[in-house]
Amino acid sequence: MREEFEVAIVGAGPAGISAALALAEKGIKVIVFERGEFPGAKNVSGGVLYGHDLAESVPDFIRRECPVERNIVESRVWYLSLDGGFNVSFRDRAFEEGLSFNAFTVGRARFDRWFAGIAEEKGALVVCGTTVTDLLRDGGGRVTGVRTDRSDGDVTARVVLIADGVNSALAAKTGFRAEPEPNDVALAVKEIIELPEEVINERFNVEAGHGVTIEILGEITQGMDGVAVIYTNKNSLSLCIGANLFDLMSNTVRPYEMLEEFKAHPMVAPLIKSGRPREYMAHWLAEGGYDTIPHIYGDGYLIAGESGMLFNALHREGSNMAMASGRLAALTIAGALARGDTGSESLAGYAAALQASYVMKDLKKYRRFNRFLLNHKELFSTLPRLGASAAREMLTVDGISKKEKQTSIRRRIQGAIPLARLARLLWAGARSIG
Amino acid sequence: MKVKVEDKLFLDRFRVDEEAHIRIIDNDICIKNCLDQPCLYFCPANVYKLEKDRITVAYEGCLECGSCRIGSPRLNIEWRFPTGGYGIAHKFG
Repeated sequence: MREEFEVAIVGAGPAGISAALALAEKGIKVIVFERGEFPGAKNVSGGVLYGHDLAESVPDFIRRECPVERNIVESRVWYLSLDGGFNVSFRDRAFEEGLSFNAFTVGRARFDRWFAGIAEEKGALVVCGTTVTDLLRDGGGRVTGVRTDRSDGDVTARVVLIADGVNSALAAKTGFRAEPEPNDVALAVKEIIELPEEVINERFNVEAGHGVTIEILGEITQGMDGVAVIYTNKNSLSLCIGANLFDLMSNTVRPYEMLEEFKAHPMVAPLIKSGRPREYMAHWLAEGGYDTIPHIYGDGYLIAGESGMLFNALHREGSNMAMASGRLAALTIAGALARGDTGSESLAGYAAALQASYVMKDLKKYRRFNRFLLNHKELFSTLPRLGASAAREMLTVDGISKKEKQTSIRRRIQGAIPLARLARLLWAGARSIG
Repeated sequence: MKVKVEDKLFLDRFRVDEEAHIRIIDNDICIKNCLDQPCLYFCPANVYKLEKDRITVAYEGCLECGSCRIGSPRLNIEWRFPTGGYGIAHKFG
């Protein structure tokens, strides 16, 4: 494939495809390499996408039959002990009407293929089943193209966009991004559980086409810094549970056993009852945040999406940041090509644009969040246990006065966690998201 | 809770490459220098198993998360992407 392209993109996920689409719209000759047999074959996310960023690329995405599973109208947060837990939820008519498709669930195998199809319509070339194994560089270290695992598989390009996701063996190999430290990523497993559409509507109290997200913290991750989610699809549920990789390494916990225990939890089991498991997957989340973001551009290359560790762990936003960064990268590339200079300085506008956008603003705001969770394991052990036991005690009608109950709860809390530690935890927590 | 990972992997579609994309660099390091051997636990596909004096690699069921590459305490696992088009192919994602 000795063909010259203006831009070569590694990875046909949300970052790579939104960049390819924007470049192709400007008539720029762009090729996208995807190692899966089709775009999305290797991709996993919890399953929520955001309409705002998708509409920037495909304004009429609903009319163009974007494979939406369910429009999210309600968000729940659960804080669980082993035997039960707390539930806070918010629903608003706005998410059914004016703000519909603010957030919606997708299966990435279908969505990414659809999204790549739009980029192809605009003129981008998407080549699947092809792994990029290295970057081509000239004597001065400037990136000049990609090496693929096809025979005669070198492709030269004036700019390369690295968008091959959080598990970027390429970035690691080429040194453009250091390998993440185990405590900078979470390892999550995901299971798709099939249920009839009407059963999901009833169990989640929604109309057809409407859905719910549940974000879950607590003892379910067995004292490790971790999170679980349940998202509604049209006729299936996405169940994910994951923990910080360093914690998993130190605790000899098998992720699939943690998943099974999660499925047996009294608040989870009734939702998935008689459901049929259909698929099992695993993926990292780039939880390290702002301080783990690599240098995202250089001579002849840029990095977008989760290859660049762009992920908001608190709000579980990643696909939107991938799309935003891909689009901003495309704008910078188009300008650089027009100037006839694709060197580092000419691509610097990308970093500036990303800094000025919500992407870096949000990541900077929450830069302490990952450390906060890692350093306060009570959040996943003592605190949910105490909270649940306090609530259970107050709700138990057994002839003991409420005042006596409060005294005993206070004693139990003081026995389990020093008040100074609790105060510091609250302060650090507020600061980490402040 | 006991659960067989094989039952989960059975749900997935794999196109298995003849050539392994995972390799233990030096088995001696696994046996003599790696006390915890965490790969035996954290791998979501249970690719790694201890058999007598060596760790075996069932790369065919790898879910391609990459965790072993950075989670091997001695960085004793060489992990690359499977050849293009091979490995797991998600049905839903």
